[in-house]
Amino acid sequence: MAAKTLTIDGQMVGAAEDQTILEAARDAGIHIPTLCHLEGVQDVGACRLCLVEVTGINKLLPACVTKVTEGWEVRTSSERLQRYRRMVLELLFAERNHVCAVCVANGHCELQNLAVSLGMDHVRFDYQHPRLDVDLSHRLFGMDHNRCVLCTRCVRTCWYIEGAGTLNVAGRGEKSKIITDLNAPWGDSTTCTSCGKCVMACPTGALFYRGVTVAEMERDRGHLEYIVTAREKKQWIV
Amino acid sequence: MARRVVIDPVTRIEGHAKISIFLDDAGNVADAKFHVVEFRGFEKFCEGRPLGEMPGITPRICGICPVSHHLASAKACDAILAVRIPPTAAKLRRLMNLGQIVQSHALSFFHLSSPDFLLGWETPPASRNVFGLAARNPDLARAGIRLRQFGQEVIEILGGRKIHPAWAVPGGVREPLTEEGRARIKAWLPEALASTQAAIQLFRDVLQKHERETQVFGNFPSLFMGLANDDGLWEHYDGHFRFVDASGNVIADHVEVSRYREVIGEAVESDSYLKSPFYKPMGYPDGLYRVGPLARLNVCRRMGTPLADAELERFRRHGRGAVNSSFLYHYARLIEILGAVERIGQMVEDADLLGSHLRADAGINNLEGVGASEAPRGTLLHHYHVSEEGLIRGVNLIIATGQNNLAMNRTVAQIARHYIQATTGEIPEPMLNRVEAGIRCYDPCLSCSTHADGRLALEFELVAADGRIIAHAAR
Repeated sequence: MAAKTLTIDGQMVGAAEDQTILEAARDAGIHIPTLCHLEGVQDVGACRLCLVEVTGINKLLPACVTKVTEGWEVRTSSERLQRYRRMVLELLFAERNHVCAVCVANGHCELQNLAVSLGMDHVRFDYQHPRLDVDLSHRLFGMDHNRCVLCTRCVRTCWYIEGAGTLNVAGRGEKSKIITDLNAPWGDSTTCTSCGKCVMACPTGALFYRGVTVAEMERDRGHLEYIVTAREKKQWIV
Repeated sequence: MARRVVIDPVTRIEGHAKISIFLDDAGNVADAKFHVVEFRGFEKFCEGRPLGEMPGITPRICGICPVSHHLASAKACDAILAVRIPPTAAKLRRLMNLGQIVQSHALSFFHLSSPDFLLGWETPPASRNVFGLAARNPDLARAGIRLRQFGQEVIEILGGRKIHPAWAVPGGVREPLTEEGRARIKAWLPEALASTQAAIQLFRDVLQKHERETQVFGNFPSLFMGLANDDGLWEHYDGHFRFVDASGNVIADHVEVSRYREVIGEAVESDSYLKSPFYKPMGYPDGLYRVGPLARLNVCRRMGTPLADAELERFRRHGRGAVNSSFLYHYARLIEILGAVERIGQMVEDADLLGSHLRADAGINNLEGVGASEAPRGTLLHHYHVSEEGLIRGVNLIIATGQNNLAMNRTVAQIARHYIQATTGEIPEPMLNRVEAGIRCYDPCLSCSTHADGRLALEFELVAADGRIIAHAAR
């Protein structure tokens, strides 16, 4: 496989030709913030937090789904990108009901961590505060649409790691929501194996173990990586 | 011409309120109202949330007594799970509530109320506060601030933070008490006890110089309600409701918390966001009852600890059967701090306290649950309805300050009647000070009682019979 050479933030980086900018950057120790990206499942470029600038290309490119190209000059943290990332977060916070103080994921939430690390200390947009349901029909898990950012990590995990295909996205635009089966209550799903991988995949408090209380929802995403590595590389590394 | 005097906003209380004093044609006080002018709607927006979040959401009602909401909520959840929580968890929750009572009472006495009677009613408002107190009597101010800190640290040692810990959960608590934590609490006890005893000694002297205040600051017969245990001892976490009348006769006892609706009715007034609970068998408004330190001391047979019991004896000499003057809320508050410090001292010697079995696990076994605890300001009730899956379908909160609403109205009227005689349209400054101080006896927490957003403020208004506001004073 041919190697490609490019610069990321002025640093000369070598990468395999099928690698994404995100992978190449991470291999080189350069951090690019992500939200919808999850190791082990395919990327969809949905959240737009990993947007980068490439010299000579007018539009911004999502690092998670853009393959490396020979000679590119990539910038990952310009003032403009940081401004856009903060705006992306503000829009996510404004869209639904993210009340960190009383959320099950408080202190263990990727959205919250991103807000802190990217310096999003206030939201300029009107909070939409939609009235959304919480589905507690499943024996083990709960789904709170109020906390969902529609990253679809759970959907991809359900389809591509577990292979059950229970979770899906219904609706369009701001009306989109995660559904189970054909929009039946989760507890009535005939396809769900109750494996809990979706709960491990969720970056926020949208998916949780039933009975957890405020700030109690911690997850070990290592399990997902372990399964994927074991399956694809036949390496059982804990 | 009949007029209305409005005090708006009320200062050095927890929340935002105003007071209206209605004058008759001759300029004498006809009536008074304490209005709470804020609204938040916790009972409504909790609907639809999972039950387990309630002990995390409801403490956000208040930054002063979040622990009270936290525990009442956890107890309501326990009732819905239908579990008996592990003994260690129950003891740790009790310990946290005692810490809460100490810190909140210390705040009320030292920071908010004592400047009135220690610095003098005529001291300008700008220096009649805890800073003025620190300038005049630095040792006392420091002792008070440290006493509050002790209570806060008990909360922090258990719950990980002083305000809004997420620690009590349906079925128990999350984290144990460590040996190190127990040692830290123990190390505080001698100082806490000494500060409390000094404050009590000081207040006894204050009482001798404030006979008039004792007479007119909400001194009227009423019922009293509080929790008591099976032996009739002072209770703050478990137990049942007990009502006594103005002579100290027990008129209702062993009322299970879950049956509160049989004894408590809730009236709504158009001029306040504060509900007005009343003792149902006597109707509204005759069923006026008081809650809080004064009520708890009137309701209980004994405190259950030696020093507090000795002080309770002295306290009871101020009444016949029951102590009726609301000025003595301050005294009762100090006796409760004393009892709480003594109880904490007993508890830290209990080996059970370091146990590690902290949480009972269960699903939704009841669709309804009521939890009560004694908040510093009085009895607090949380009542939830849930769906079979455990989503909140209905919330009713009965808050201490709400239960004192009718008594506060009565207190304001009594003070105003005493200090305003046929005035001519101005609001006399000493009257303002005393009306505010009368309200402060109850240490009202308006953030809690309306579950409303709090600012520290007081307004007075003077309004004519036809509704025209003819004078206004604000702090």
